[in-house]
Amino acid sequence: MSAEMVVPQLDQRTARQLARDTAKGEKNAQKRLTSRGATIAAIIIGIVWTIPTFGLFVTSFRPGSDTQTSGWWTVFTDPSFTLENYFLALTSGGTSLTLAESFLNSLAITIPATVIPIAIASLVAYAFAWINFKGKNLLFVFVFALQIVPIQMALVPLLSLFSRGLTINGVGIFPGFELRDVDHSFATVWIAHAIFAMPLAIYLLHNFISEVPSEVIEAARVDGAGHGQIFFRIILPLATPAIASFAIFQFIWVWNDLLVATIFAPSTSLPLTQSLNSLSGTWGNQWFLQSAGTFISILVPLIVFFALQRFFVRGLMAGATKG
Amino acid sequence: MSDTKTAEPSTRGVRVSDATPSPRYSPKTARTTRLVVTIGLILVAALFIFLVTRAPMDDAKPTSLGFSLNSFFRWLGNLNPLVQIPLVILVFGVVVALILVLIEYAPRAGRVYFWLRLAACFVVPALAFMLLRPYQNAVIYVVAIALILGGLLFFADYRARDGAGYLFQLVVFTAPATILLLVGLIYPAIATIFQSFFDKTGDNFVALENYIWVFTNPEGFWSVINTLIWAIVAPLAATVIGLAYAVFVDKARGEKFLKVLIFMPFAISFVGAGIIWKFVYDFRQGQQIGLLNAIVTFFGGEPVSWLDAQPLINTFLLLAVFIWAQTGFAMVILSSAIKAVPVEQMEAAELDGTSAWQRFTNVTVPGIRSSLIVVLTTITIGALKVYDIVAVMTGGRANTTVLGFEMVNQQQRFQSYGHSAALAVVLFLFVLPLIIYNANQIRKQREIR
Repeated sequence: MSAEMVVPQLDQRTARQLARDTAKGEKNAQKRLTSRGATIAAIIIGIVWTIPTFGLFVTSFRPGSDTQTSGWWTVFTDPSFTLENYFLALTSGGTSLTLAESFLNSLAITIPATVIPIAIASLVAYAFAWINFKGKNLLFVFVFALQIVPIQMALVPLLSLFSRGLTINGVGIFPGFELRDVDHSFATVWIAHAIFAMPLAIYLLHNFISEVPSEVIEAARVDGAGHGQIFFRIILPLATPAIASFAIFQFIWVWNDLLVATIFAPSTSLPLTQSLNSLSGTWGNQWFLQSAGTFISILVPLIVFFALQRFFVRGLMAGATKG
Repeated sequence: MSDTKTAEPSTRGVRVSDATPSPRYSPKTARTTRLVVTIGLILVAALFIFLVTRAPMDDAKPTSLGFSLNSFFRWLGNLNPLVQIPLVILVFGVVVALILVLIEYAPRAGRVYFWLRLAACFVVPALAFMLLRPYQNAVIYVVAIALILGGLLFFADYRARDGAGYLFQLVVFTAPATILLLVGLIYPAIATIFQSFFDKTGDNFVALENYIWVFTNPEGFWSVINTLIWAIVAPLAATVIGLAYAVFVDKARGEKFLKVLIFMPFAISFVGAGIIWKFVYDFRQGQQIGLLNAIVTFFGGEPVSWLDAQPLINTFLLLAVFIWAQTGFAMVILSSAIKAVPVEQMEAAELDGTSAWQRFTNVTVPGIRSSLIVVLTTITIGALKVYDIVAVMTGGRANTTVLGFEMVNQQQRFQSYGHSAALAVVLFLFVLPLIIYNANQIRKQREIR
């Protein structure tokens, strides 16, 4: 009995000692890894990568007439700044929408188009990882391979399915959706984005979900949990980092998408990218408006990134690093 | 959509450890099951053929049960965009919850669960089809097909080797994604392959003519060459720079801030990127507002029209924009992978007196190998499909076109669906080696487990 009491204490002490040593070792390793050359290289890459964005950032605060005649770097010798571009950009727009309206549209498109595919994909990913069936591996590879289908090719068939429905050999079976006269209809855009996200989402989430220790699953089964409970109570909480990491990417991809939304969204439901693109199209070179608009459009993805960034540490690939 | 799975209910290869073979199962019953399912599927096919060969009815009206997917979307669409977000997520959440409840309770043994399965098998497919508002003349056939499919699923599931409910839960788990993939990716892919052998109108078979066009016409030829350059240079450059940066800033002071600098371009849309890089590549006489030409003229050179500079210079300049954007993606994923490499391995290597470079190549790189593959693959596929950058910056001028852009161009500008489809199939072929390599990796990984 007494021996049992001592052993854990000893363990604790050695564990503490080990932790201290590890921390020390880490510090040493860190010192030697971040050599001067590496630091300089990192700074150079950082600067080169930031200059174009910085140039636009400066431009967005310059009076419109200046941006047409002199480079943005001249502000350092001849400074003149204004906030007018931002007000102007928010209240004007390329087509029927102002930038502010299309900003709301972008939110309404992006949030459901991130949640829906992730939920559906995690269900399938779970089935691929923890339910045995014949031809599972082959099917999984097939789903992965579907990434090669270029979006551009799927657009036309999908669009005709949505708007005209299913007609085979002249016999109508299902009509399409009648959404053109609706105020803000995003349904087809959500579905389209969900479809295009599916292969990569299934693949990445499966990588993570399949790495959950099988003992955990077995234990839950012994306790009488079915697949529904295991999925909801064990897999979802454990897979949160992977889901959050993928959510960041999916959010950014959908938020920045131009092609899918242009084709599927009715003209009152167009997203920010479309308004931004047409800002210059209608009035010629209004680059200063576009530059302000670009910064408005960057804000949301950056907020999402900062909010979910901590998940990256254990993130998306944590499961995949073993293979 | 479940018909392919119901077709072979009795051939479950592997059993989960806790599922005892159903008492109803024997090789003989398996044969009967297969027979019944085959007959059922033939019946479904016959009904379908009968449906589509009847005389078309022009004034047919859609029928529904009083509510449909269409009416839901219309109701939702008339609300404020911000109100739509929680509503649609709520409704979707209820559907997912129902799926999970079905999966949880249906496979259990007992009379109640038997009836639950039976009801689900018949109600869900019929309801799903009715939500799509079939036309009057099709409604009987459609409902009949739904009921037969549901019945077959129930029957095959009831007599499955792994016990009743096993097949059922598998189908419920995978049905939503299967439907999405079939409708949105598999069907268009097959249609495209067929289309690539037909001419502009899609009526006349032209064999390989479209493919010959791809490789002989200047637009087709340049799009192939440029796409190859994109697919080779972009992933390598973005990954190498991203990895180097991730290693350099790892555990450095201000790591988060340094990472955001590189990540920022990834968060910018290609439309935004196009605008940003206009201020780099811009060309005009006199006072320059493009950074690159400002540097050139500062050193006494003549301003260059960068995006028209040939051969290939302009392609590489577009590539630079893509690499600039994708490096952040590579860096973020590789950085988290590097942090997952066990510290002990690093220390062990250090104790052996290895140099930083040796540690990098022998410990870090093998440790993040699968992340590297995922990053390379994702960026390569992105580079192969690239559309926005070319469309926004050059519109395919001056031989900068790529397959992904030319495809849409042929479709929208020339209504030339045959050419467009052939370009898409060439793109398939380019991606194929990548997919095969990845498939092998996945298989190896799964075998280890």
